[in-house]
Amino acid sequence: MKVKVLYFAALREQLGTPGEEIELPAGIGTVAALRSHLRGRGGAWELALAETKLVRMAVNQDMAPPAAALKPGDEVAFFPPVTGG
Amino acid sequence: MKVSVQREDFDAGAEMRALSRDPKVGAVASFVGVVREVAMTLEHYPGMTQKALERIVEEAKCRWQVMDCTVIHRYGELAPTDQIVLVVVASAHRGDAFAACEFIMDYLKTQAPFWKKEAAGWVEARAADDEAAGRWNGLPGTRKLG
Repeated sequence: MKVKVLYFAALREQLGTPGEEIELPAGIGTVAALRSHLRGRGGAWELALAETKLVRMAVNQDMAPPAAALKPGDEVAFFPPVTGG
Repeated sequence: MKVSVQREDFDAGAEMRALSRDPKVGAVASFVGVVREVAMTLEHYPGMTQKALERIVEEAKCRWQVMDCTVIHRYGELAPTDQIVLVVVASAHRGDAFAACEFIMDYLKTQAPFWKKEAAGWVEARAADDEAAGRWNGLPGTRKLG
């Protein structure tokens, strides 16, 4: 299935892209699985999305836990803990 | 209810007066966040910020008697002393107004997708902000109607 993935703030800079459309291999059905899939690209991806890094996630503009399920056409966002206010 | 994510500055006094017009309102509490010491750029997630702020306001309305509420959050380039964020809550009594205003700010700090960048780099999230938001968990709020 195809999903839209967005990156914000420090993560966007580290990964060098604001976002992309990705065709997910079969078996990748959660936000955590997508994160792990992206980490598999190595280099900056492996570092920025490492398990030890605090990364917040959203699905269709709502904060989402790692176990959140994905469906075709979803907009998934990865970003650092927020610092507004 | 008014939630606005905008580049432009706001007039806190005018926003507060606008929420004082209902004769049933007895208390208007407000908070203004201001840029301290260092210039910054505020980035946000345009599709999500409005939705996240509206959700926080809805949560506050479930917990306290909120008659009206205004939340304005700016993004873009901001200089020291510039206003960043405004929360105004109107209620019949001060307890609800104070609590809802503080709750909205605490949740905004951990749930609304804004990020501050200074010349020295991205501002790190503070554990104290998570603790501030966490202390509202399990609290039913003070529903004192009438």
